[in-house]
Amino acid sequence: MMRAQALLAAGAAAVTVLVAGAAAQTTRQQTTAKDLRPVSSFQSVADQQARSIALFEEAGKVLHHPRCVNCHPATERPLQSDAMRPHQPLVVRGADGHGVPGMTCNTCHHTANFDAARVPGHPQWHLAPASMAWEGRTLGEICAQIKDPNRNGGKDMAALLHHMAEDSLVGWGWSPGPGREPAPGTQASFGALLRAWADAGAHCPPS
Amino acid sequence: MALAIKVNGTIQSVDVDNDAPLLWVLRDALGLAGTKFGCGVAQCGACTVFVDGKPMRSCTLPISALGTREVTTIEGVSGREAEAVQQAWIARDVPQCGYCQSGQVMSAVALLKQVKKPSDRDIDLAMNGNVCRCATYVRIRAAIHDAARALEG
Repeated sequence: MMRAQALLAAGAAAVTVLVAGAAAQTTRQQTTAKDLRPVSSFQSVADQQARSIALFEEAGKVLHHPRCVNCHPATERPLQSDAMRPHQPLVVRGADGHGVPGMTCNTCHHTANFDAARVPGHPQWHLAPASMAWEGRTLGEICAQIKDPNRNGGKDMAALLHHMAEDSLVGWGWSPGPGREPAPGTQASFGALLRAWADAGAHCPPS
Repeated sequence: MALAIKVNGTIQSVDVDNDAPLLWVLRDALGLAGTKFGCGVAQCGACTVFVDGKPMRSCTLPISALGTREVTTIEGVSGREAEAVQQAWIARDVPQCGYCQSGQVMSAVALLKQVKKPSDRDIDLAMNGNVCRCATYVRIRAAIHDAARALEG
């Protein structure tokens, strides 16, 4: 009898885990759409400020994605994986975003993804500066950050848009190799959204 | 693919697959077995070598990506820092099983080449990608401090 109760309890626990897992997966599917809406689909928003904010919020699917946030962490330690776990081994940003003496990013991350070991790579692999931490920030806060030359590395809007739409390390987010979900859409569609956002006044979401 | 690579100051000819990790080229094609295979996914540091003087995990570097860069392994590492680390390692009797130690030594030398008087934090951050299953970490840290002091004198 006791054995039967133990089995039932174990079964119930397993069901709970499965249900919780399914719920988490459903939530994830809702919040990480694989595509981005095209700029043209925002033309129906007559109010320019509202359209600008809507465009930014669509681009925000990328900005809030693990492929971007993992290297824009709130602390000196990057995150990794789609689950955004703290990077293993412990590594830190260092003075220039490339790590510390003896343990730089390219000690392990080489010039390209090494799929056999699922280790990502890029010639410029490094962390964003602390002033560009996005982890835990709202889209409104990130919007204010990326427009602020004092925090964005001195970029004006043209340089910012170029960085988002053309930078090849940013572009890695859409070619992350096996085991990592690519950022939504394409770098081109992401860049087009931000260009349209800027053209409509570069307004930021209220929060 | 036949290619020539510079290892420990000597040009070597090897005929290996494009995607062969540098680690296996060193061990299997060149017989340099001092560099160890630990995890194969750049998580343990046992395979650390220098590439153009900078520490790199050789298990995840395909040979096709090496180009003309020069490789230094534990068999070829030299200079004041290497000698100081070797002496400190012996004096402290750092290794236990020894499997990870070639990677540990390469990372320690790399640190001392750049930071002459490292703090505990400098050492921990430079070395925590080198895993030791015997947990010789305390002796490793002490030996690096010893080596730094020896280099000062």
